[in-house]
Amino acid sequence: MSDAVVIEGLHKSFGKLEVLRGIDLALTEHEVVCLIGSSGSGKSTLLRCINLLEPIDEGRIVVEGEDITEPGVDVNRVRRGIGLVFQAFNLFPHMNVLRNVTLGPREVLGRSRADAEAAAVELLRRFGLADKAGDYPDRLSGGQQQRVAIVRALAMQPDLMLLDEVTSALDPELVGEVLEVIRELASTGMTMLITTHEMAFARDIADRVCFLEEGRILEEGTPAQIFTAPREERTRQFLDRILQAGQRL
Amino acid sequence: MLALGLAILRSLPGPVFFPIRAIAIVYTDLFRGIPTILVITLLGLGAPALGLSWVPKSTTFWGIVALVLVYTAYVSEVYRAGIESVHPSQEAAARSLGLSRLKTLRFVIFPQAVRRVLPPLLNDFIGLQKDTALVGILGAVEAFQQSQIDQAASFNFTSGVCAAILFLAVTVPLTRLTDWLIARDRRRRQAAGVMA
Repeated sequence: MSDAVVIEGLHKSFGKLEVLRGIDLALTEHEVVCLIGSSGSGKSTLLRCINLLEPIDEGRIVVEGEDITEPGVDVNRVRRGIGLVFQAFNLFPHMNVLRNVTLGPREVLGRSRADAEAAAVELLRRFGLADKAGDYPDRLSGGQQQRVAIVRALAMQPDLMLLDEVTSALDPELVGEVLEVIRELASTGMTMLITTHEMAFARDIADRVCFLEEGRILEEGTPAQIFTAPREERTRQFLDRILQAGQRL
Repeated sequence: MLALGLAILRSLPGPVFFPIRAIAIVYTDLFRGIPTILVITLLGLGAPALGLSWVPKSTTFWGIVALVLVYTAYVSEVYRAGIESVHPSQEAAARSLGLSRLKTLRFVIFPQAVRRVLPPLLNDFIGLQKDTALVGILGAVEAFQQSQIDQAASFNFTSGVCAAILFLAVTVPLTRLTDWLIARDRRRRQAAGVMA
């Protein structure tokens, strides 16, 4: 299998604060990798760097064989192939669901309105949102909004999906419907890099789990190994804290 | 429209655009800082007095130019406030789809910004409409000037009242129109979906 993403020696600082201190990570195609770690460990920043929303200081990121961190790379073209879903949904509040989903295909991929809308309706139907096409985002529940955000990213037919804490802003009873969508995506073979606080979900869906601590990948392995027999003391402490907070594995 | 251009110039990021940003800032400082009436007299009486053959002599022309210059400065600041009030995550979302900076501005940032600044925008528009009275000092005949002429001729202030009514006849419907636009937008957003 070929590598979908290769990250080498990635460093990123915000002013004096070094958030990422040398990340090395590779995803093969169709692989689902979960990033876990406490807040501020650099998980979200890593995803934003891969989407080129944050310029990196050192290292390189190779997507589908192309170094996307080279100067002169067309960032808009790179982003087309990478779907990013945010913790806070970030739907466009002045557009209805259908327009949210079709904006990218129409304005970036140059699809006709009819084509884009047909594809969008099909995607919305697949994720149980067909009856919401005409609604504006503030009429939807958090879970529905996040599912629309996922559909919006999927409408660009990306090769890679980055999911950033997509359930963290949701009421507990709405988490399930969003996780269900991600499971469905994984079953279609989508390559995904997911940051999450839902350990049970990570164990269930991930091919590989990486534990981030202070801007480095401290430990990585299969879910079974990380969650039942972590090698690193810090990983164990982190998991203990999560378990004490009431989550089950 | 000019004001929008100016606001966009000012929001350009990065050191490359510093000269353009600087020009935009100086422009705004200048034309907001000088009293409108001074700009009008400087241009309206000064420009024709230069005696250059290619400079238009029409006071109406210079009056309009002066008002456009001044209000471009005001309105650009309103737009800028609107653009900056849209949360950066909106831009991140649009860019993450692969939209260019310009398309992000056009489809995502700007429509939200305009909705928010519609009332202050109308404020400036009414101000502009009323300030046309100032052009009268150049001798260009607008409503206020005309009423003064009539007053002087008839010793009757009815013409002044007429001028006031004329101004109101333009501004009041505009205000109602803006209110209606805002209300319609709110209704549309809250209405349940009609499609599907």
